[in-house]
Amino acid sequence: MSTETNKKKADKSDKIALYIQRTLCYIVLILLSILCLFSFYVLLINTTRSHPDIQKGFSLIPGKSFLVNMKNLLTDKQLPVLSGMANSLLVASGTAILSVYFSALTAYAIHAYNFRFKKLAFTFIMIIMMVPTQVSALGFIKQMSDMHLMNSFIPLVVPSIASPVVFFFIKQYMDSVLPIELVEAARIDGAHEFRIFNQIVLPLMKPAIAVQAIFTFVASWNNYFIPSLLLNKDSKKTLPILIAQLRSADFLKFDMGKVYMMLGFAILPVIVVYLCLSKFIVRGVTLGGVKG
Amino acid sequence: MKRKKSKCVSYAKWGYIFLIPFFLVYIIFQLIPLLSTFYNSFFENYRVGLMQVGPTFVGFKNYKEILFNSELPMYLKNTFIIWMMGFIPQMFFSLLLASWFTDLRLRLKCSGFFKTVIYMPNLIMASAFSMLFYTIFSDVGPINNLLNSMGLPTYRFLAEVAGARGLIALMNFLMWFGNTTIVLMAGIMGIDTGIMEAARIDGASSFQIFRKITLPIIKPIMAYTLVTSLIGGIQMFDVPQILTNGNGNPDRTSMTAIMYLNKHLYSKNYGMAGALSVILFIITAVLSIFVFKYVTKDMVDTGAKTSKKAKK
Repeated sequence: MSTETNKKKADKSDKIALYIQRTLCYIVLILLSILCLFSFYVLLINTTRSHPDIQKGFSLIPGKSFLVNMKNLLTDKQLPVLSGMANSLLVASGTAILSVYFSALTAYAIHAYNFRFKKLAFTFIMIIMMVPTQVSALGFIKQMSDMHLMNSFIPLVVPSIASPVVFFFIKQYMDSVLPIELVEAARIDGAHEFRIFNQIVLPLMKPAIAVQAIFTFVASWNNYFIPSLLLNKDSKKTLPILIAQLRSADFLKFDMGKVYMMLGFAILPVIVVYLCLSKFIVRGVTLGGVKG
Repeated sequence: MKRKKSKCVSYAKWGYIFLIPFFLVYIIFQLIPLLSTFYNSFFENYRVGLMQVGPTFVGFKNYKEILFNSELPMYLKNTFIIWMMGFIPQMFFSLLLASWFTDLRLRLKCSGFFKTVIYMPNLIMASAFSMLFYTIFSDVGPINNLLNSMGLPTYRFLAEVAGARGLIALMNFLMWFGNTTIVLMAGIMGIDTGIMEAARIDGASSFQIFRKITLPIIKPIMAYTLVTSLIGGIQMFDVPQILTNGNGNPDRTSMTAIMYLNKHLYSKNYGMAGALSVILFIITAVLSIFVFKYVTKDMVDTGAKTSKKAKK
């Protein structure tokens, strides 16, 4: 009898403890979420408020100047936002496409064929994975200027053919998904090696390729260090460079509505795309990557 | 058997052919520039106004100059301090959230929503994010408006050492704790639930299970996160560069190593930039060797094992 009541008591106190713990979890999670969202909320609100409104003080309620701010920004000759956006889009898409296609090709070469330097090639790629782009920036910029490629998008897009990180992720995925028998069957059917890769292997790699394409796109869209050293012509500048320019200009003279609108152009499209694909992206962070 | 061997030989050339684009591009756009960076570090080569000095071979003079006669040690220290200020809360909250999200007893609602929100800052353009923080925390920005309306004096975030470093660390924290949470979650979910169940039946509390079972098992992943984050920390550039307009205000206390490199590259001070690059390369290489030897190998091994199992 008494043991049973004790058990019930223990159950009850357990439940209360769980309840308290759960509440604590929610409080921490909500606070962290607010911390994450606060700055973007301010950004969203301030794109709709006029300069005097913003100067007057902080508000959580949207204003009515969204279109005016947008018009002011688009007609500003000092900040070529539209061309900046087009440039960023071009560079980022080019980078994403080249990096996933050629990384998959490289991964396939190492996955499907047996050749003498296979292990060496794999080890080499793993080693260069950790070399940061910044440490070779000096030689890179000198070489690009020797090749007359300053103010060109080639040095921003073409190097992504050799992306060790993308290679590694796709290789991991390939190891778990692509049976070599499938490739052999296609060979017996008389398919050309190149065709096997394009028509059989690539479609099978779709999930990994899509995730890596998104990550490469975003990384390139956000990239600031190398482009800022290569591009100095207004018509070639990408968004991050324009933002840096905004920062170095005399800040107080600026129409703040315009500043927020400009930041909105750089940040909000990524957020919208992310919210549409979030499940897919969050799952993709660990896909084929770190496995305990 | 024989047939198979001849098959391998006839297909091997395709392996090489498919590797050509990667290696060709790597050699042209990364390897040669890397070697040329090393080469340049041994030359005196800079510009004073319109006058070009060098390039003349000077041996290790640039290294001596930058290690003992420049502010590089201070900038490396800044980088490290700012990284630590962001990394400690990042690891703490990531562990906390990862263990909560994977706790079967808690069964948190809306965990999908929370994961989406905390991961979001990771994808935001660092330079735009930094500019946004600059406007929000500026002397006349929303935060100071709020402080003033509560009767508090204006806090000049960018004029105070703690303010500027704190803002950079806060941004780094916000950008990375979601990512770390998801990586750690993957590690925790890989643990056999039977062990946890057994521990629970034996009367272990959630905290005990976390300390005695979860933590030791995910240690390699934590080490991996630590070192990759440190490597990323050395590359810290966009956020402090935009926030302080490249000056590392106040008084260069938030200047990072790569900002210093950028300064030399921008002013075409190639000798010093080369020496600095090589030093940064060596630091990253040492850290990477650590990752490669002790951490990645374990993970690749276990990964290979699980994929083999799946095949069976």
